[in-house]
Amino acid sequence: MRAIQYAAPTTVDDAVALLAEHGENARILAGGTDLIVQVREDGRDTELFVDAKGIPELTDLTVSADGTTTLGAATPCYELYGNDNFCAAYPAIVDAARIIGSTGIQGRASVGGNLCNAGPAGDSIPALIVHSAICNVAGPNGRREIAVEDFCTAPGRNSLEAGEMLVSLTLPSPPPNSGTHYLRFIPRNEMDIAVVGAGAFLQLDGDSITAARIALGAVAPTPLFVQAAGEALIGQTAGEAAFAAAAEIARDTASPIDDMRGTVAHRKQLSYVLTQRALRGALAHAQGGTPSNGH
Amino acid sequence: MATEILSGKVHVQTTINGESVDFLAEPRESLLEVLRDHLGLTGAKEGCNNGNCGACNVIMDGRLVNACCVLGVEAADSTIETIEGVASPEGLHPLQQSFLENAALQCGVCTPGFIVSAKALLETNPNPSEYEVRWWLAGNLCRCTGYDKIVKAVLQAAEEMRTEG
Repeated sequence: MRAIQYAAPTTVDDAVALLAEHGENARILAGGTDLIVQVREDGRDTELFVDAKGIPELTDLTVSADGTTTLGAATPCYELYGNDNFCAAYPAIVDAARIIGSTGIQGRASVGGNLCNAGPAGDSIPALIVHSAICNVAGPNGRREIAVEDFCTAPGRNSLEAGEMLVSLTLPSPPPNSGTHYLRFIPRNEMDIAVVGAGAFLQLDGDSITAARIALGAVAPTPLFVQAAGEALIGQTAGEAAFAAAAEIARDTASPIDDMRGTVAHRKQLSYVLTQRALRGALAHAQGGTPSNGH
Repeated sequence: MATEILSGKVHVQTTINGESVDFLAEPRESLLEVLRDHLGLTGAKEGCNNGNCGACNVIMDGRLVNACCVLGVEAADSTIETIEGVASPEGLHPLQQSFLENAALQCGVCTPGFIVSAKALLETNPNPSEYEVRWWLAGNLCRCTGYDKIVKAVLQAAEEMRTEG
């Protein structure tokens, strides 16, 4: 690595000022588990690490009176699964936080960093999409919000403009009688990149589905919000027939590539299978249980 | 007030294995480089240098991290535990003794990382199942043992530590 400077601002305004002053060669440092490795291995033109972990808003994890949760962009994964209230409210995000890298990675890596890296297979992103997360962004022109499904624009690219940074994610209060689940397929048991990942959200009125969201990872240039699959479930009876029909839409929407981790055909089939498993997991949560199909 | 920008050799004060430590590090240097190259603490190993192998595991502010994925300057005002701090003047830590008794190492390069990682596990969960041990240690790679003896050693150490209280 070449000479790099380091700054640890304590306010968002100071961080934005640093980004404005140093341009695209200033990089926000959260957990560093992607950024430090990228800078070391790719020789990126990074001149300044802006360590965001000293900014209270970036490491926030608070539930407001209306049940909405603010998740600071640099909050490490281990704090999520160590928080019983968060686990109860946002199970799909916790499912993802538990499988991003290893225990040592999760001690530092943040969901916000996972999102900003905008990997097609980033595990937290489908989970954030099914939880209808909103990205809170700060920049030279003030603050703005971006729906999380619109945040990633291409592999490794996001919709942050020059000088902007992700401050936090707003997670809506989970509706009554709802549940979520995220899971992925990998050929090993742990420590791997998703061949396909799938997240699901279900809200029920009795046996009837009143709201649903489906999102897939690793089947398109960006994590994919499969809006039509969720909409097809509304009004249906929660169960295998409805889940299979939604999974067909997910499979047909997926536009994966062949690569070292899987083929198009394999990923299409996985989209079909994992969507159903994610829905079963979400149903189990909505009914007060926990999913039985592992990670 | 504008944020101070640190460059060149930065003075960092931290606590390592219970002792206050001062060092100078450039911002680009990882905590692993600082430990090994500046402080002579060569127990943490450089394996992959990208967060996959766990050979550089240390405990930072009570939480397991890969020292190759932490900047040395980020260690300011923190508390670091390395493999060098695991044994006490009275003798080996039960995990170290158990690794010896179970022959849970061959070449030994991964061993400091495994022991630090397992120590972090037992501090979180004193009574892990075999599955929980394997899951926690998934970020530590060993090319010699096939893992079975390591898992057995951790489970045995956990049992001994519970018995001894």
